[in-house]
Formats: sequence, structure tokens, C-alpha cells
Amino acid sequence: MPIRALTGNEAMAEAMRQINPDVVAAYPITPATEIVQLFASFVADGLVDTEFVPAESEHSAIAACAGASSAGARVMTSTSSQGLALMHEILYIVAGLRAPIVICGVNRSLSSPINIHCDHSDTMGSREAGWIQIFAEDAQDAYDSTIQAIRISEEVLLPVIVSTDAFIISHSMQRVDMLEDNEVQKFIGPHRYPYSLFEKTITIGPLDLQDYFFEHKRQQIEAMWKSSPIIEKVTQEFAHRFGRTYGFLESYRLEDAEQVLIACGSTCGTARVAIDNLREKGIKVGLLKLRIMRPFPHLKLLNLLCHSDPDPFACHSERSEESHRTAQGRFCEGEESHIKLINVLDRSVTMSTMGGPVYVELRSALYDAPERPLLVDYIYGLGGRDIDVEQIIDVGLKGEQIIKKNKVEKPVDYIGLRE
Amino acid sequence: MALSWRELPIGTIITKPGSAREFKTGDWRSQRPIWDPEKCIHCLICFIYCPDSAIKVSGKGKMTGIDLDYCKGCGICEEECSKQAIHMEMEKR
Repeated sequence: MPIRALTGNEAMAEAMRQINPDVVAAYPITPATEIVQLFASFVADGLVDTEFVPAESEHSAIAACAGASSAGARVMTSTSSQGLALMHEILYIVAGLRAPIVICGVNRSLSSPINIHCDHSDTMGSREAGWIQIFAEDAQDAYDSTIQAIRISEEVLLPVIVSTDAFIISHSMQRVDMLEDNEVQKFIGPHRYPYSLFEKTITIGPLDLQDYFFEHKRQQIEAMWKSSPIIEKVTQEFAHRFGRTYGFLESYRLEDAEQVLIACGSTCGTARVAIDNLREKGIKVGLLKLRIMRPFPHLKLLNLLCHSDPDPFACHSERSEESHRTAQGRFCEGEESHIKLINVLDRSVTMSTMGGPVYVELRSALYDAPERPLLVDYIYGLGGRDIDVEQIIDVGLKGEQIIKKNKVEKPVDYIGLRE
Repeated sequence: MALSWRELPIGTIITKPGSAREFKTGDWRSQRPIWDPEKCIHCLICFIYCPDSAIKVSGKGKMTGIDLDYCKGCGICEEECSKQAIHMEMEKR
């Protein structure tokens, strides 16, 4: 397998080349421009068979993708920030049409104030659009996740966005273990979509009023439920074939941890170094990387963090029995959790005044646990503000004090903000 | 009979053509057109203007009435009829 030095953008563009989608419709935007630019050169050089549509806006780009997908094509695009925001209307339409489109996204802050650097406001801002969301930690993760996303998307019939962190990943060169072109093709297989405009007479996107809209939305919720085992299956098959393992959640030094850090994306790497440092000081800290934000892995979190079962939401799924069984296999009943404090690192905010999206959802997921750990949210890195190892070490040290007092005085705090 | 979410094709896709016929839009109506065959000269201007194809016409090109399953009661036929052969009345429920 070829080993290359690639930026996150190059890694995603290479994955797109190897996927060789039927249609790519896109509009450039910093810092995702390079993905489309490189892909356009692959088209010009005849390395792919893709119909490339340079659209006049992101709204048009994703609309063209929706049309092409409905016609039965394998479709991909790429965007970031304002571009994703401009796509917002069509993101819901794509998910509602159950069109298996994959976006290679780059997480960037949303204006105003205008800023081109990393935070998660754009991607988190579209988290209710009905897309499966994968946050990649590095270029390798971005490359592998893009390839997995095609399979996941076409099996679940929901669109997927894989995103990297602006500049930190998108423009940093890293070692990427690439697959051979034919291995990628063999893994993704032929495009699967049960409806095509060219095969039978169908109507796509009709008016859906009081009588059926609700049922169609319920189907989307069910698809999100069913996506969990499919995501697991696809990542396991990927690990089996290519030796790289991914999960909904990835843990680091969690076994006996009293404190857990939870983060998405590139900060996880920084957090691992900080954790090693804290461990040397005798502070028991571990990391939980949240790789998949949608569907939100509430059952897995409940199991890992609170050793709690059953999942209070399972009854809303057709798969309730199965998820119940999976849950029981994951922990020892009656075993007490060693986790006393969870520090959430949120790179975006909700304007609810209740903290960031990961914190809000985690807090909600843990509501039914018989014994809940202490929970603190740290908002950090908005607009690309750097976060370093020292700052994360501080989180761990503060955590020691919180555990000692057994009380959270500031449930939502900020890292690197001038007070 | 309306289908449950388990039975419906996904993605709002309609797999059988012509299903709009099953969607009876007549119950949206608040006013009902009353046709007077005595005054009607069968010019079919109402047929041309009707946005819901709710004017019934025989094979011989004569107007035969109004299809109340689909007439939404917009009143365009009343407005366009030069012989005042159609007038609107409030629906009584």
C-alpha cells in the first residue's frame, strides 16, 4: 500500500479520485477549495470518469448533487462554513429524499465576524439536517472515513458528511497510508440506490402534507437508528481488510480514569499528549474521542461513562431488542463506574446559554443514569483560537479540584479567552 | 387507506404514476360553484381557466357539471363566465 505525505484536503481529494463518483458538483470555499481544485485536475487529466459540474454557488452545487443522486448516480461534493450554511436548505431536502450523497467538509467558523479558521459552528449548525456526521481527527482518518462514508451512505440511504478541522488538518501535511485504487473500488462496490429515474416511472419530491409528512420523518428517524449497526459493520469490515480500526467513540487511557476528556476532531491528538503528562503527575485522566456526532451515540456513552443500562430511548426503535442485547454485552452489571468527572471540550456553542452542543447532548444522554458523574463544559478554539497541551493539562488540574470538592461551580467555562 | 410509516416507500418517492387522482382536494373548498345549465352556452371558457380541471365535459364537448372532488372553490369560473351561468355560494358544513 502506498504511503504518502498528504494534507487533509489532498487526502480527501485522493479518496474521491479512488471512489471515482459519477457526479461531483461543487463551488470553492476556503479552506475546502483545494479538495475541489485537485479533483477538477483529476477530471481534466482523465483520471476519473466523473461528470464535474462547477456550480455558481453552494446552493446550486448541492441542488445539482440532489438531482444527480435521484437519477441514480454516485455523487460527492465538498464545502465548508458559509458554503455549508448556503447549502442548509438543500441539506434537509437531500436527507428527506434519502439521497446517499457524501460531502467532504472542512470545519470552519461561521460569519459574523468573518473568519476563515477552525471551529465546529458550521458542521454542528447543520446537525439536525438528517445527515450522518463523522468528525475526522487527522488526514488518515479523513481519507479512511471518506471511503467508509460511501458504503455507509448507500446502505443506510442517508447522506454523510465527513469533516476535518480547517487548516489544522486540511492544510497540514501528514503521513497517509493509502489503499490501492482497486482495493477502494472493491470495498465500496457498485453504487446502490433502490430508485432511479431511468428505470421506472417514479415521482421524486412531491408535496407531502398533513397526511404523510409525519410518516416520512419517522422513517428518517428510523434510518438514523438503523445506521448505527451499519456504521459498525462497515468500520469493522474496513478494519478487517485494511487493519485500521475506527469507532463511534475511541478511548485513550480510559481504563481506570477518574476524569474523562471528550472532544471531536484534531484536538484529540493534543489531548492525548496532555493526558500522558497528567498521568505522569499521577492524575488519572482518559480521552473519549467523539468521532460520530450523528447519530449521537447516547447508548454507547451511557455504557462507557456510567455503566448504565438499558437505553431509555431504545423503545423508540424497531431495533430495541437488538440494541438492548448489544448494551448488555458491553459492561458488567452492577459494576460501579470509576469515572467521577467528565470534561467536555466544545469547539462551538449553542446560543441556549447552556454550553456547547456536545455538552448539551451528553448531559441529556446521561439523564437516566442511576449515578451521574460531574460534568463540565469547556468552550475553546472559536474562530481558530489555538489550544495547546498546557491548556488541556490545566483542565485536568482544575478537574482534580472539582473532584475534591465534589461540586461543579462553573458548569460552562472557557479555554483561552481573555476575561 | 393511508399507509403507516413502515409501509410507505422511503424518501417521499411515489412508485405509481397518477396517484394525484387519489388526493381529493375538494374538501379545501369554502365556496361552492353553482352551475345553471339554462344560462350556459357551452363556450368552455370555464374549462380552460379552471386550475384544477374540475369542469366536467362530455365527449361531445358539452359542459356537464363540476367535479366537486377536486374543485377548491377558487371562483375563477364565476369570474370568467360571460353569461353568469356560474355563481359561488358559501359551503355549509
